[in-house]
Amino acid sequence: MIDVKNLHKKFGKLHVLKGIDAHIYEKEVVVIIGPSGSGKSTFLRCINFLEEPTEGEIMVGGISLNNKANINTVRTEVGMVFQRFNLFPHLNVLQNIGLAPVKVRNISTKEAEKISIELLAKVGLSDKARAYPEQLSGGQQQRVAIARALAMRPKVMLFDEPTSSLDPEMIKEVLDVMKNLAYEGMTMAVVTHEMGFAREVGDRVLFMDEGRIVEEGTPEDIFTNAREERTRSFLSKIL
Amino acid sequence: MDFDFNLITNSFPLLLTGASVTLKITLISVSLGLMIGMFVGIARLAKFWPVRFFAAVYVDFIRGTPLLVQIFIIYFAMPLVLGQRVDPFVAAITACSINSGAYIAEIFRAGIQSIDKGQTEAGRSLGMTWAQTMRYIILPQAFKRIIPPLGNEFIAMLKDSSLVSVIGFEELTRRGQLIIARTYGAFEIWLTVAFMYLVMTLTISRLVDYLERRYKIDDRR
Repeated sequence: MIDVKNLHKKFGKLHVLKGIDAHIYEKEVVVIIGPSGSGKSTFLRCINFLEEPTEGEIMVGGISLNNKANINTVRTEVGMVFQRFNLFPHLNVLQNIGLAPVKVRNISTKEAEKISIELLAKVGLSDKARAYPEQLSGGQQQRVAIARALAMRPKVMLFDEPTSSLDPEMIKEVLDVMKNLAYEGMTMAVVTHEMGFAREVGDRVLFMDEGRIVEEGTPEDIFTNAREERTRSFLSKIL
Repeated sequence: MDFDFNLITNSFPLLLTGASVTLKITLISVSLGLMIGMFVGIARLAKFWPVRFFAAVYVDFIRGTPLLVQIFIIYFAMPLVLGQRVDPFVAAITACSINSGAYIAEIFRAGIQSIDKGQTEAGRSLGMTWAQTMRYIILPQAFKRIIPPLGNEFIAMLKDSSLVSVIGFEELTRRGQLIIARTYGAFEIWLTVAFMYLVMTLTISRLVDYLERRYKIDDRR
């Protein structure tokens, strides 16, 4: 589904990604972990071109991102969930979810509303259809953000630390929504510090440090017998 | 010195129509300026550098030269190029709109830049084009934020529009001059003219306060 070859990203002199090779297969849930500043988020953001790679090749669903004309096409197939939700504050929940399908997929407002209502039910927020983002808790906002991304019927979902700006008691409700998505067979790439989620839901874990993928394997491999010293030292600090 | 109240009451209707002309040219100029300003403000943030460059030249030129000189250029210099006389009303509106456009462009630029980058990223990540993201996500939010500075620009333009009196366009200030030329009542008339400007600017600033408060309640953020 996603094919990344020799991906480099520099911000001026700062070399953030130093040659990433990775694949994400269909229906797979890949969890990316690593210390902050290791390039996890940048890697994820390169996949839908929110950051422009300095070097390397990215293919999403067989479409190359090196041809810039494909960027918008790829973005419609790749849903993204942000750490800080980024809901549109001037639109209510239904409008937040329905805006892109109407403008990009050219479906009718009525149809978009129907999809939005279905998705809201799925994330457990049917009663919040007419609410505005500021009237929702962080966890609720993030669930709306997930619904918003799903409304485009993406083939892949990217999650960039989706629970990192949430109060502890709201983390579970968001992770539960993500879990359900995974069980339904959604292809997912998740950058997170939630190791419980990585263990339970992840098919594969990538450990990144200093712009490289240091180690990858099943959650079992990574969490119980990591080969690399750096992986073990990182895990020992957070587990 | 005698203060002649009759002079004020007698010239009041004439001055009042002058005030309505002032309000009219201000409204038209700021409306046109709003359109110019929106496009130029967005152009100032364009990726393609020539667009950015020409937008900056326009803004710098207009903000760096006096409105009075701009009025002279349009009214006295342009006819030499066009080969025909420019109507004072057209000249006044043109000068004021172009002038207002430059200031409003800066207001729009700042307003757009004040919107969190995550909003653009969210829009783009959903597959919306740059233009769609601007139109449906960034501008509606930016517009609410720039209501107060736009109000200030409106008030500034209302006052500066008095400058078009120099090309003989009969707005409030020019009406005052003409009445004084006939009656020599400089004190009474200028005081009345000032009072009329004050009433208009105060009314506008109250209106802007009201709009701002309404949108604050509405600003879900």
